[in-house]
Amino acid sequence: MGKLFSKENQEVFSNPLNLNNPVVVQVLGICSALAVTSQLKPAIVMGLSVTVITAFSNLIISLIRKTIPNRIRIIVQLVVVAALVTIVSMILKAYVYDVSVMLSVYVGLIITNCILMGRLEAFAMQNGPWESFLDGIGNGIGYAIILVVVGFARELLGAGSILGFKVLPQAVYDLGYMDNGMMTMPAMALILLGCVIWAHRAYNEEKK
Amino acid sequence: MEHFFSLFVRSIFVDNMIFSFFLGMCSYLAVSKTVKTAVGLGIAVTFVLLITVPVDYLLQTQVLDENGALNQALLGGQDLTFLAFILFIAVIAGIVQLVEMVVERFSPSLYASLGIFLPLIAVNCAIMGASLFMQQRILMDPATETKAIGCIADSLAYALGSGIGWLLAIVGLAAIREKMAYTDVPKPLQGLGITFITVGLMAMAFMCLSGLDL
Repeated sequence: MGKLFSKENQEVFSNPLNLNNPVVVQVLGICSALAVTSQLKPAIVMGLSVTVITAFSNLIISLIRKTIPNRIRIIVQLVVVAALVTIVSMILKAYVYDVSVMLSVYVGLIITNCILMGRLEAFAMQNGPWESFLDGIGNGIGYAIILVVVGFARELLGAGSILGFKVLPQAVYDLGYMDNGMMTMPAMALILLGCVIWAHRAYNEEKK
Repeated sequence: MEHFFSLFVRSIFVDNMIFSFFLGMCSYLAVSKTVKTAVGLGIAVTFVLLITVPVDYLLQTQVLDENGALNQALLGGQDLTFLAFILFIAVIAGIVQLVEMVVERFSPSLYASLGIFLPLIAVNCAIMGASLFMQQRILMDPATETKAIGCIADSLAYALGSGIGWLLAIVGLAAIREKMAYTDVPKPLQGLGITFITVGLMAMAFMCLSGLDL
């Protein structure tokens, strides 16, 4: 049990959360990070789905890594990921139909999410199943954190609500405050993410 | 004919792959440092889109759909749409390999300029995204929706428009980034941060075209 949670394994899990974050440092998986964050709820569901898929695809590929011929590894990886995404997409349709309609094609696009291919190629092909599983969860959560931050800011400023509940009191609107409709547009997602990257870099540089 | 043209123009300017759906962002940001490589990647994406979208259109309507001709003949009408993800990605990966081999065999000069980008394209979300949007649009009614894709010519127009829209976006960003090398950007904002903000401003400019209807 001690070995399962050794120092190295803890680092494998915690590095992608901040210092080696897949979205803001490695610049992977940007497409969906921008597209699903106009509200908080789809951002959370998307973050969870990606975490589950990265963890299990890392685990499966790591288990069969020694039997995959090198030349066709990309196709093998894609098929494993596509099968997992199909399962997740069916579960979403069955239990949270309204969110799955909001996510539309972006659930299917998890297959081509660069975080998955990046982690499979760079980590799961060389490491054991347990480390790969931790690495998958770490990267999935690192991705989910950024989604939640951007989704929170966009929903609060764009609609004055969090998870669909109005949080700004009417008194604020009476004083002349207005919701910024621009925040729900695609353009502001890019600018907000740019600002998140700016803040993250400035913070980490100060610490060094 | 009118519908065909409208679909083409809309997919370039209004439903632009980058500015309204953020598809293919990873390679868009990574390969947009110089105009020359940006043009190469843009042409490669357009080329692969032009082949994969019509092929996926035929697969969706003839094989996966329960009313498809091939499905009726072979399986007696079973709904296979749950296989769409696996089938589409396999088609894309296969066609990218095939295109790479054909280009290498018949046009070594084109291969030299496109070669390094082709394997990247297999996991470019713009390609998969175009196929998935096409799958959604088949269900729309062509009489009322200008976005509907009703026949194989429509899917070709959509693929060509999306590809050209992507090419336009990446070449524009690369040109801006080449000029930006001479400007004084705050240190933590350099590189990725400022690129995102630039793309955001470009997307805002493209938003002016959103009312365009032909």
